[in-house]
Amino acid sequence: MKVQNATSYILLSDKLNSLIHSLQQAGYQVIGPVIVDQTIIYDHINSADDLPQGWTDEQDKGRYRLKRRQDSAYFGFNVGPNSWKKYLQLPRRQVWNAQKTADGIHIEPVNSAITPLAFLGIRSCELHAIAIQDRVFLSGEYHNEDYKQRRQSIFTVAVNCTQAAATCFCTSMNTGPAVSLPCDLEITEIINDNEHYFLLRCGSEKGELILQQLPVTPATSEHHQQQKAAISQAEEQMSAGPRMFDSSDLQALLYRNYESPLWSDIAERCLSCANCTLVCPTCFCSSVEDTTDLSGDHAERWEQWDSCFTADFSYIHGGSVRPDTRSRYRQWMTHKLATWHEQFNTSGCVGCGRCVAWCPVGIDITEEVIRFQKADSS
Amino acid sequence: MKTMPKLAVWKFTSCDGCQLSLLDCEDELLLLAGQIDIAYFMEASSRQVDGPYDLSIVEGSITTADEAERIQKIRQQSHTLITIGACASSGGIQALRNFADVTEFTSLVYAHPEYIATLKTSSAISDHIRVDFVLQGCPINKAQLLEVISAYLNQRKPQIPAHSVCMECKLKGNICVMVAHGTPCMGPVTHAGCGAICPSYNRGCYGCYGPKENPNTASLSHWWQTELGSDNATLLENFRNMNAAAPAFATQSLTFIEKNHEEK
Repeated sequence: MKVQNATSYILLSDKLNSLIHSLQQAGYQVIGPVIVDQTIIYDHINSADDLPQGWTDEQDKGRYRLKRRQDSAYFGFNVGPNSWKKYLQLPRRQVWNAQKTADGIHIEPVNSAITPLAFLGIRSCELHAIAIQDRVFLSGEYHNEDYKQRRQSIFTVAVNCTQAAATCFCTSMNTGPAVSLPCDLEITEIINDNEHYFLLRCGSEKGELILQQLPVTPATSEHHQQQKAAISQAEEQMSAGPRMFDSSDLQALLYRNYESPLWSDIAERCLSCANCTLVCPTCFCSSVEDTTDLSGDHAERWEQWDSCFTADFSYIHGGSVRPDTRSRYRQWMTHKLATWHEQFNTSGCVGCGRCVAWCPVGIDITEEVIRFQKADSS
Repeated sequence: MKTMPKLAVWKFTSCDGCQLSLLDCEDELLLLAGQIDIAYFMEASSRQVDGPYDLSIVEGSITTADEAERIQKIRQQSHTLITIGACASSGGIQALRNFADVTEFTSLVYAHPEYIATLKTSSAISDHIRVDFVLQGCPINKAQLLEVISAYLNQRKPQIPAHSVCMECKLKGNICVMVAHGTPCMGPVTHAGCGAICPSYNRGCYGCYGPKENPNTASLSHWWQTELGSDNATLLENFRNMNAAAPAFATQSLTFIEKNHEEK
């Protein structure tokens, strides 16, 4: 049918494959949520059968478990340890090859072929995370070309969150749960007593082209009501939870507390293991490694994810600038919530809660923020 | 033709597994032999060329008075000296004697303990001499050994990060076994290098690469006990294996002994 922008349409749940197939027909490799090792991660999917239908995730500090749902929802969970970052800023990639010959050293850049990817099931906080990485990699004088090409080729199918994990705090960071940044297609999954459907809306010309191919019918005001109620449920779950805080004044708060004894208290628990930074969808740090082979005639440069929690990361002539855990955690949290604003004009945190769930010893950034706020006001 | 640097490989108290990693290089071994003169490597060849040596690779720990003397002579003959493996870097599994009475052990094991001349402790090579580079692991990763040798030959810094095994898991896309399955894992305090083998097969890391830089063993132990239900014995086993005498692990393991005494 001929679809129109800003109008919503209904796609019945048993027709979800039509969306996946249309994306494949349009030349995209579809990436979506799948279950691997009792965890929902992002990986290649071929059909709706690959999705974690009927599963949800139960999350808390340092804890993640899959649980069966009472219904057959396809997107009835929140975020896992993967973020879409792994497809845009690759965990590890070769930058160049160098060869020593009789007439000098020849450096050949390594440009890998880029397949257009469709991200199925991207959440609002994750759209915000990509927007933050865009500022890091694509604005200003220096661009990351590899990121740029991957980023340009993606198609985004965003999902409105209709439930929140205990670790979610997007409402505190103003990034969700409703999709609040542009995407190609926006969907909301609704399940009630007698229906299971998706409410669809296109947000771009690319999205419109896909939507036109789907067996959809126009949505009614009743459908919109159900959508509103479903998203409100996620909002209410977060409002009632312990991870609500006022994020409007974090910059000044953290600058005032640079020498707070609370940092030492966190350092007693922090493992400096780097998990929080590697699951974070906005942490962008990488290092480049140059290696030679035994002959010394061939050299390679590789770029890989790095973390401000390692000693090597802040190593300069004479030693590591941040040798202890106290200074590393302070650097990470202060950068994420405060100095990021000065550097990129945005917070570095989107409230996805990954660093809370995937910290092996359950250090909770929201709990620490609230402790700083309390100590500061007393 | 350029003169090739001379390599010597030395064995102290150890199982030979790390030296085997060098032999196990197979494809790269011929290339290596073309870049460096393997002057002394008893595990591979009976050819013995006298020192001095440009590069010495030392496996094993110091457990006898004779070894303590021999390592001094090796240092004197070596321009650059690197140690490989848990034995050489922290005393190895045989350093369990450091926490007990070795005379009691020998009296139980040997028919004639009076013939056994051994030190009370098993110690790291770096406790006796200056070491230029320490390559941890039980056994070491052969790719890392080649990287260290390659870095030496090309006069550059070896790319051997001292960060956690968690970094390797995350770069590989492994699911955290501690968070997702509740499996106790030593990864957050353990030196990277193995490529996160155990977590890749859904098992907890048992710390065979020894402590990472800046390890917080107390916090990890606390979480194992309070959230994962590990008892003192499990924690003791994990901190007291092939890297038992590495200072961070040794200090932590003593706290469990103290707790056991308190509980009794």
